[in-house]
Amino acid sequence: MSATPSTAAVPGVSNSGKFLDSVERFLPKLVLAPTFVVTLLFIYGFILWTGYLSFTQSRMLPNYDLVGFIQYQNLFDNERWWVALKNLAIFGSLFIAGCLAIGLGMAILLDQKIRGEGFIRSIYLYPMALSFVVTGTAWKWILNPGLGFEKVMHDMGFADFTFDWLTNSDMAIYTVVIAGVWQSSGFIMAMFLAGLRGVDESIVKAAQVDGASLPTIYWRIIIPSLRPVFFSAVMILSHIAIKSFDLVMALTGGGPGFASDTPATFMYTFSFTRNQIGMGAASAMMMLMIVAAVVVPFLYSELRSSRRG
Amino acid sequence: MADTSNTQTQGASRFGRYVIYTLLGLVCLYYLLPLFIMVSTSLKTLDDIRSGNLIALPNEVTFEPWKEAWGSACIGVRCEGMSVYFWNSFRFVVPAVLISTLVGAFNGYVLTMWRFKGSDIFFSALMIGCFIPFQVVLLPMARTLGELGISNSIAGLIFVHVVYGVAFTTLFFRNYYVTIPDELVKAAKIDGAGFLRIFWRIILPISTPIIVVSIIWQFTQIWNDFLFGVVFSSGDRQPVTVALNNLVNTSTGVIGYNVDMAAAIIAALPTLFVYIVAGKYFVRGLTAGSVKG
Repeated sequence: MSATPSTAAVPGVSNSGKFLDSVERFLPKLVLAPTFVVTLLFIYGFILWTGYLSFTQSRMLPNYDLVGFIQYQNLFDNERWWVALKNLAIFGSLFIAGCLAIGLGMAILLDQKIRGEGFIRSIYLYPMALSFVVTGTAWKWILNPGLGFEKVMHDMGFADFTFDWLTNSDMAIYTVVIAGVWQSSGFIMAMFLAGLRGVDESIVKAAQVDGASLPTIYWRIIIPSLRPVFFSAVMILSHIAIKSFDLVMALTGGGPGFASDTPATFMYTFSFTRNQIGMGAASAMMMLMIVAAVVVPFLYSELRSSRRG
Repeated sequence: MADTSNTQTQGASRFGRYVIYTLLGLVCLYYLLPLFIMVSTSLKTLDDIRSGNLIALPNEVTFEPWKEAWGSACIGVRCEGMSVYFWNSFRFVVPAVLISTLVGAFNGYVLTMWRFKGSDIFFSALMIGCFIPFQVVLLPMARTLGELGISNSIAGLIFVHVVYGVAFTTLFFRNYYVTIPDELVKAAKIDGAGFLRIFWRIILPISTPIIVVSIIWQFTQIWNDFLFGVVFSSGDRQPVTVALNNLVNTSTGVIGYNVDMAAAIIAALPTLFVYIVAGKYFVRGLTAGSVKG
């Protein structure tokens, strides 16, 4: 056994000059450097910057005198912000529930060895390729009071049918739910379908041998095993809901009045059309905290389960 | 006895199949109906729209709404249709997609094959960037673009989309390269191949699928973006999504629902085309991206 030092096994490296050698050594870090700087400045730095602005009296132009929590106080004294939060709660819960129900239902149906599954799946998913602005435009027309869905029902003989949600302050936010579920439920279906394909067949077979009916098998065995999929679906959907801006802008513009405002449209309006930068920054920070409240538990449990696995 | 129960369950299961296929078909209708309504409305005359109804086919097909939407509809003060904004979008989307994909590929390569102390922490820090609501960077970014002299410009939009797209592309490439066996690269290192050479000769040739996924994902995301477009651009520099919103939501005079629908389809065509041509990769991007949300 001759003890060859491991360095001798790589003569190629020592051939190149010292300078090239050190360049080579730093190259990976050098390549990563721009992203590092950009992340540090444009993500973390900007969060701090926005945080700072939220403690100032900035209106049209930033002003860097700290004034404490006044903007947050104003924010929570503002009726419009409460409307936005309430709308987020309504939209978020119905949007998530709707997408989960339709997504899971369709995935289970599609998992029954369906002919033309690929084709059907691609029909369910195409809305995901569309911009929320396009979706909003389409549904704004479909739900048009007068010429839209309402007229279809009139022509079918339901003369008293009215559907004015788009112009009804109490109902406008629900139109956002309708369009949002239409756009995103197909994607959730795809996630559940992938989850269903990963379920251990032998457990299902064993349950069948024991005489369990198909609904029981789904309810007791398969759906509980999809827990991780539920988890990531809820996380993705709540993320979409909190950020919902383009859909609301295109569908209702936050109206009538500000009846269908969400935190995202609130932030935009106060920062960029009403020149209340301080309040806009405070609302942005609140949005960040809402996202954190959703994402942190998710990341935590992801990390825990990956450590266990 | 056994036979009859067997035929019974067969009958029940055949009935069950009918129910399943009917339900699936109804859901297909639910997803397709809005698209059908858009297309059919865009081919109707305004009289036809007023007299007929939403789900009826056009009485006579007209392409005037399309011509108007593309070339002469008034958006803001200009009456040149969607075409200007459509090309605007291409002008910033294509560079932003290519740059963010390239940077993501290099980042993913370093984060898997050339790990160093702290690289994993950096990756986690970058991933958190995927989760933030972009509202939290809008105000500082508006200021910064002004300082850099690229506010309200195509360059500014490219910059913003690259900065906030790199986290996603890095995630794609990193997760793809993690599955490549280390031996492949180790052997090349022992043979004296350097950083760039290994990337160029070994990594890049096997990266085609993930490059396609990344390009499609980024293209769809950036083309469909509205928030950055509406905040960081104005006038004739705006992307197509913002133009569509302005067209639809500024009601001066007669509202041309048919023109609105034609404009909406124009804005959707590039991403729909990508979806039809490369749907498989699109779905893969969605599920890969779903890790991040």
